[in-house]
Amino acid sequence: MRLAAQTLIDGRGAGEVLKLGAPISFWGGVDPASGRITAAPHPDHGAGIAGRVLVLPATIGSSSSSAILLELLRIGQAPAALILAEADAILTLGVVVAQEMGYTTIPVLCAPLAPFATGQHARIAPGGAIEIFPPT
Amino acid sequence: MTLHLSTEDTDLLAGHAGPGPAMALRVVAEAARLLGAKRLVPIVSAHIDGCLYHGDSGVFFAERLVALGARVSVPATLNVGALDLMHPEIVRGDAHHETMSRRLMEAHLALGCTASWTCAPYQAGHRPALGTQVAWGESNAVAFVNSVLGARSNRYGDFLDLCCAIAGRAPYCGLHLSENRRAAMVLDITGLSEALRREEAFYPVLGALLGGVAGGEVAAIIGVPSNIGEDALKALGAGAAARGAVGLFHVVGVTPEAPDLETALQGQSPARTFKVTAEDVRAARDSLSTAQTTDGSLDCVALGSPHFSLEECRALAAFAADRRFQIPVYVCTGRHVMARLAAEDLESRLTACGVTFVVDTCVVVTPILKGVSGTMMTNSAKFAHYGRANTGYGTVFGSLKDCADSAVAGRIVRDEAIWR
Repeated sequence: MRLAAQTLIDGRGAGEVLKLGAPISFWGGVDPASGRITAAPHPDHGAGIAGRVLVLPATIGSSSSSAILLELLRIGQAPAALILAEADAILTLGVVVAQEMGYTTIPVLCAPLAPFATGQHARIAPGGAIEIFPPT
Repeated sequence: MTLHLSTEDTDLLAGHAGPGPAMALRVVAEAARLLGAKRLVPIVSAHIDGCLYHGDSGVFFAERLVALGARVSVPATLNVGALDLMHPEIVRGDAHHETMSRRLMEAHLALGCTASWTCAPYQAGHRPALGTQVAWGESNAVAFVNSVLGARSNRYGDFLDLCCAIAGRAPYCGLHLSENRRAAMVLDITGLSEALRREEAFYPVLGALLGGVAGGEVAAIIGVPSNIGEDALKALGAGAAARGAVGLFHVVGVTPEAPDLETALQGQSPARTFKVTAEDVRAARDSLSTAQTTDGSLDCVALGSPHFSLEECRALAAFAADRRFQIPVYVCTGRHVMARLAAEDLESRLTACGVTFVVDTCVVVTPILKGVSGTMMTNSAKFAHYGRANTGYGTVFGSLKDCADSAVAGRIVRDEAIWR
């Protein structure tokens, strides 16, 4: 399946889809050293976000989430791409700062989330073109 | 929507003021694009919440700005750091954490920020004027600067507050614009007893209630006594901003943009009115107690989120009345208060009772409490909100008098009568 998404940060990325079952705050909810979800009551508790195409229903909580994403980008434990239901300036700012710091960055897109499911593979091309492949 | 940059903006981006300001403005302009702002607005003040260590990348970012010759272009106070620079021995932490926290704090000073190290900069002399545009971080400080001082800030966070302070500009959107400062809803507390509305401990609870009811909406509160003190407004804003995404509220007859309800509503009708009952207040109060305690045991008392003022320290000394505390009592405050406490001989009196002063930081953002679990009593809605997740301690909410009496008794003592 192909989708055209709005790009917040343009770029290329591919990986296995992880669609979160609930909103998350990266600060206090994702371990900045490993990229694992540590938020205790979260349905995806324990899942790793590194290298995944992370599909987020919403972000909540602290503005320090941008700092956690920046740290994940620096150490190579960030998702391969972020797909958001609505534009989020806080998380995306972490990628903007990563660009300034010369770290490898990732695409951040806004798209309807219905076509996505955990276990699919997704590939993002510049300009916001997303290809979704069924689980193998 | 397209972002329009002025000639001054494009000159700054082109590096006319050097590479540091250019980098800061690139970040501000990208944020403006993401937020859908049409242009940038000049600011006159900033409060920067960038000195808590979340990873080495944040340190490298601040040091990059220093290396590129950046300086803040407006008065910029600093929020708490992860170290007590005045009493370093009270912080538990590993060597890497300490080294990087210190580098982060030093980089911000090298950028020209003020060594205020407080989450209550508005009580440390940083009070921008009514109607001025500012870029503030730290949720309680944002709520206070918008609501109580009437300056205009969005809820800024990591990196963006600092970049705005260097660039001297912010994305012109959200609460920077008059029309978005209109109260969309009314929170009516006129049905509560006057005694409750005069009670200091009511205001952090009202804040938690406001945060839950309003979420990210601007509310106008009616029924607050016109002589309410600044510490009560501070506690109200901190509770609201911890529980919800509250950046601005109006207290009719008290705060500067709400001389009357019609002005706060900008002449329009509110979308809804929420009438607060005594049951709502008790439910909100109980939501601030997360400890599963049945035997009344208590391990410590934590005060000062936001940082305790001189008046709050005086009130604690009056309630303590030179009695000796049986459990640790932490008073988190800023250097601006410590200097005054020494002059009034209050530091030695409270220390003699058993108070541990925590300066430049607080017990919920820095590992100071003993162990990783226990029960903490507090009069702060913000400590109650973040206590368990950040420290492992369950919380019990009480008035300042309850906190002092409990510290003396070494177990939970609460006066229920004030909540009727």
